[in-house]
Amino acid sequence: MIDFIARRLVAIIPVLAVVAIFVFLMLRLTPGDPAAVIAGDNATSDQIDLIRAKLGLDLPIWQQFIIWIGDILRGNLGESFFFKKTVVELIAQRLQPTLALSICTLIIAVATAVPLGVLAAYRHGSLLDRVVMGFSVMGFSLPTFVIGYCLIYVFAIDLDWLPVQGYTRIEVDFWGFISHIILPSITLGIIYVALIARITRASVLEVLNEDYIRTARAKGLSNRVVLMRHALRNAAVPILTVIGIGVALLIGGAVVTETVYGLPGLGRLTVEAVLSRDFPTIQAVILMFSVVYVVINLLIDISYTLFDPRIRY
Amino acid sequence: MNSTAMKRRTFGILSTGALMAAAGTTRAADKKVLRFVQNGNMSILDPIWTTAYVTRTHGYFIYDTLFAMDANNAIKPQMVDKYEVSPDRTQWTFTLRDGLEWHDGKPVTSADCIPSIKRWGARDAMGLKLMEFVKDFKVVNDKTFTMILKEPYGLVLESLGKPSSNVPFMMPERIAKTDPFKQIDSQIGSGPFIYVNAESKPGEKHVYVKNTKYKPRNEPPSGLSGGKVVKMDRVEIIEMPDPQQQVNAILAGEIDLIEQPPHDLLPIMKADKGMQLVDWNPLGQQFIYRFNHTQPPFNNPKIRRAALLAVRQEDYLKATVGEPQFYKVSSAAFISGTPNAFEAPDGFLVKPNYEKARALLKEAGYDGSPVVLMQSTTLPVLTNTAPVTKAALEQVGFKVDMQTMDWQTLVSRRTKKDPPSQGGWNIFHTFTVAADILNPISNTYMVAQGEKSWFGWPTDPEMEKLRDAYSKEVDPAKAKELAHAVQNRAIETAQYGWIGQWYGPGAARKNVTGWIKAPVPVMWNIEKA
Amino acid sequence: MIEETVDSAAIASASTKRKSLWLLAIRNPAVIFGGTILLLMVAIAIFAPYLGTIDPTRIDPAMRNKKPGTEITLRLDDGSTVKRTAYMGTDTLGRDVYSRVLYGTRVSLIVGIAVAALSLAFGLIIGMVSGYIRWLDGFVMRIMDGLMAIPGIMLAIALVSIWRSGLITVIFAIVVPEVPRVVRLVRSIVLTVREEPYVEGAISVGTPTWTLMMRHILPNTIAPLIVQGTFTAAAAIITEAILSFLGIGIPPETPSWGNIMSEGRTLFRIFPHNILYPGIFLALAVLAINVMGDGLRDTLDPKMSKKV
Repeated sequence: MIDFIARRLVAIIPVLAVVAIFVFLMLRLTPGDPAAVIAGDNATSDQIDLIRAKLGLDLPIWQQFIIWIGDILRGNLGESFFFKKTVVELIAQRLQPTLALSICTLIIAVATAVPLGVLAAYRHGSLLDRVVMGFSVMGFSLPTFVIGYCLIYVFAIDLDWLPVQGYTRIEVDFWGFISHIILPSITLGIIYVALIARITRASVLEVLNEDYIRTARAKGLSNRVVLMRHALRNAAVPILTVIGIGVALLIGGAVVTETVYGLPGLGRLTVEAVLSRDFPTIQAVILMFSVVYVVINLLIDISYTLFDPRIRY
Repeated sequence: MNSTAMKRRTFGILSTGALMAAAGTTRAADKKVLRFVQNGNMSILDPIWTTAYVTRTHGYFIYDTLFAMDANNAIKPQMVDKYEVSPDRTQWTFTLRDGLEWHDGKPVTSADCIPSIKRWGARDAMGLKLMEFVKDFKVVNDKTFTMILKEPYGLVLESLGKPSSNVPFMMPERIAKTDPFKQIDSQIGSGPFIYVNAESKPGEKHVYVKNTKYKPRNEPPSGLSGGKVVKMDRVEIIEMPDPQQQVNAILAGEIDLIEQPPHDLLPIMKADKGMQLVDWNPLGQQFIYRFNHTQPPFNNPKIRRAALLAVRQEDYLKATVGEPQFYKVSSAAFISGTPNAFEAPDGFLVKPNYEKARALLKEAGYDGSPVVLMQSTTLPVLTNTAPVTKAALEQVGFKVDMQTMDWQTLVSRRTKKDPPSQGGWNIFHTFTVAADILNPISNTYMVAQGEKSWFGWPTDPEMEKLRDAYSKEVDPAKAKELAHAVQNRAIETAQYGWIGQWYGPGAARKNVTGWIKAPVPVMWNIEKA
Repeated sequence: MIEETVDSAAIASASTKRKSLWLLAIRNPAVIFGGTILLLMVAIAIFAPYLGTIDPTRIDPAMRNKKPGTEITLRLDDGSTVKRTAYMGTDTLGRDVYSRVLYGTRVSLIVGIAVAALSLAFGLIIGMVSGYIRWLDGFVMRIMDGLMAIPGIMLAIALVSIWRSGLITVIFAIVVPEVPRVVRLVRSIVLTVREEPYVEGAISVGTPTWTLMMRHILPNTIAPLIVQGTFTAAAAIITEAILSFLGIGIPPETPSWGNIMSEGRTLFRIFPHNILYPGIFLALAVLAINVMGDGLRDTLDPKMSKKV
């Protein structure tokens, strides 16, 4: 087990190296010039050249890359071109909304989707099953921002139950926090409910057809016990996998949801940074997301062994 | 600087903020907190380093200026108590008001103002021009200093009282000595508000508290001049990029003011009883049509003129602004309704003349190669300008290759002097705050010094002669004639196009009063009932 | 010789099985339902000019922001005027939303099909090579892992901002993050198929690698790839809409559902139709593809259902 984790940790290094090189090259080939953005509308070309030199953007690409990698290896992610702040500070400030959105979305999604999926599987072929499956296909088919606007229109504007946009930090006002995070989480959650409900249904269905479940039933165990003790436990692996895939989607979905709801999170930081060509910030944020993605997948791999005794490393 | 005093001050600011947060002052219902949404996010806090309007507005919160423009576009002393000009008009002596103090408690002195002017003079177009005339500065005493000119200059006060980007804000000596091409690292001014760094989170909000030690002038406020009396304890700039969200939030009472909502959303707010529209910027904005003078076909003045002869301002204004009450059609380059405004008799840019345009194009031998027109899609008010230009150009026989990009790509690409086929460009559009272009010197689009000019790099010695004459002219009547001559010259060579003035009112909750009419949204004098 | 016979018999039985599966697939109600809607969309895309539309990029400042059903007057180039009804209203530039939505079908279908085809093609090639050539496998898969670790939308946003925004850029930007998924799928199939007795047999008699791939491995990848392709196409159509929504997609004068919605979102409160109509078309198209994909998967590749 420890050997397995160690091997997996070592395997992360080349993945991150690929991400770093790819992101760096991608940005430096961009036509956008941060110096021109900084200088603003009335600056002349000479002034922009001066700013470019001060930012170190006049050096050859390979030199910029060596400087950047060197800094990262020393734990320095750099300073934003715009905000007079280090990238680490910026990320720290923007972390909470994204984290809150992701966690609430996952909670909502898992809490609704797993029971729905199990029920649908259990009543395979029934009306309920069809409704759940129909909903899950719908959930995939609606773009997040359309859902978002519809929810805002109904719950924030028409019914006036919830605030339209914005974010209250959890430490400032807990109920304010809840009222601001609930609509975005539902918006983003719909696609995950769809995803997780489907996979839960499929996995439980498969397990229900296995011999040992039939045996368990034959032994006279109640349906509920069979469902909970055997079926769900064995269906846990694919469900976990899909949550792992979901985290990647979640990060992407956060970009759109944060834009729709005006949440000052990492997704919006990325879009702002891309649009203003704030290279150090984009590099750091994408690298960070990749680390998160890789680590979560590692954790899920490890947790397989806990749920499925057949998997051994 | 005394670092202990500095620390105590920071601690003071911190604890004020903490107290307010503890008191639970998060709802806009609070009468002493004003929540304001600007047009665009503010990521840079140095109003000299960038010309971004959001940063300029931030500057007016925390800094003060030596002079300021009043409601009638006249320049009035602000930090300056009195000033004297020597009879030969080469020595300007300024004396500061009593009781001016930096946010860290130290007094404002001549030693602070001189490097502040110099740093601004290294970046701003009008500042650069002023510095060409300045021979030296001399400190007379702590509160008095003299600016010595090489020869008389007509725009000394207009420069020091420049209302919009870049504004010559006064900063403490240590900060003012920062390299003009590097960003400053702390926000200490002597203005009516104090920036609370610890509570500000770029991308979420910027927090300002009232500077209780600020001594306003005794006169009532007028434009950007007069007494800056702060009536709120705290102002927060909320960052909210989506205009639809801004409107929803103000209708729900979550914010108090929006700088400039898109025109199409104004009817919603007009219809709401809790809302008012405030025309805080009576001078408005102007759209700009810019050619690249270094690349064919627009290195030929006849072809430039043919393109501008196809322009009908109203088409642009209808497509971008919509309601006629929010726009003005005018062939005056220096803003209709201001001293240097002249309507062109032939209705230049107002009435198109397609036949003449086609004839000119033929005469100039346009070879039919496509013109690269850059369209930005990220600024709503600009998105619709390029398609109108495309239609107009095609009307008179141009071939147009309209290329779409986000605004940041456009501002990067417009710096490229390469041929359009190799990453360069032919035409783009932008807009400017009218207050920035009221005379031939502050109007950067009129500069015709080749490489040193604004993007498009026009070269025209005749134009430069006229502008130079204007800058040295001290008689207002003669200066006005010269401004007229500058506009005529720009029309003659079709240097660039001014394609319509427009106004964007702000939106405010009904309980908010006292929003001052000025080219910049300023938050002093505002009250909440 | 004996192995050869076993080999061809196995292939024969496998291919009959595949044929009957296809027959089953086109009788599946989900496939029929999704396919019908999709065919309708294709018809709309092809015949858009004949369905009462006008030039979808035509700007008319005088006719801005009209509600659905408004009678509008068109001024033609020769100076004459024509009256017509704007079934879905007009947008902020006075363009006809009905025409834009119908023409938008073209863009969305092209994006969906092109992204699916390209990511399958790249994924198939890279996946087969990686699954078969062992010494390359580690290297290729590390690159794929790296690409997969970058959130797809962010990768697409960054890629679109590199090049001039346009249809091809958008397609490419959506393809890049999709490829690793296909590569993994193909590679896993290759690895499984290699272990099959008839393939091992073929290897042992020295069948050339190329023939082996074409005859044994490729056919096995087709069904799962088609299923994957439908989901990729659906996701691509949504991603295009998201990119346009964020203002960095296909040039805004090009009618695409994402562009129409992005344009309409500032006025969502007053004119919800600018989001509603393209939204319905978008949801319907994606729904049709997904339903069809589900049906295909259920019949062609029941084992894959757990991979989603």
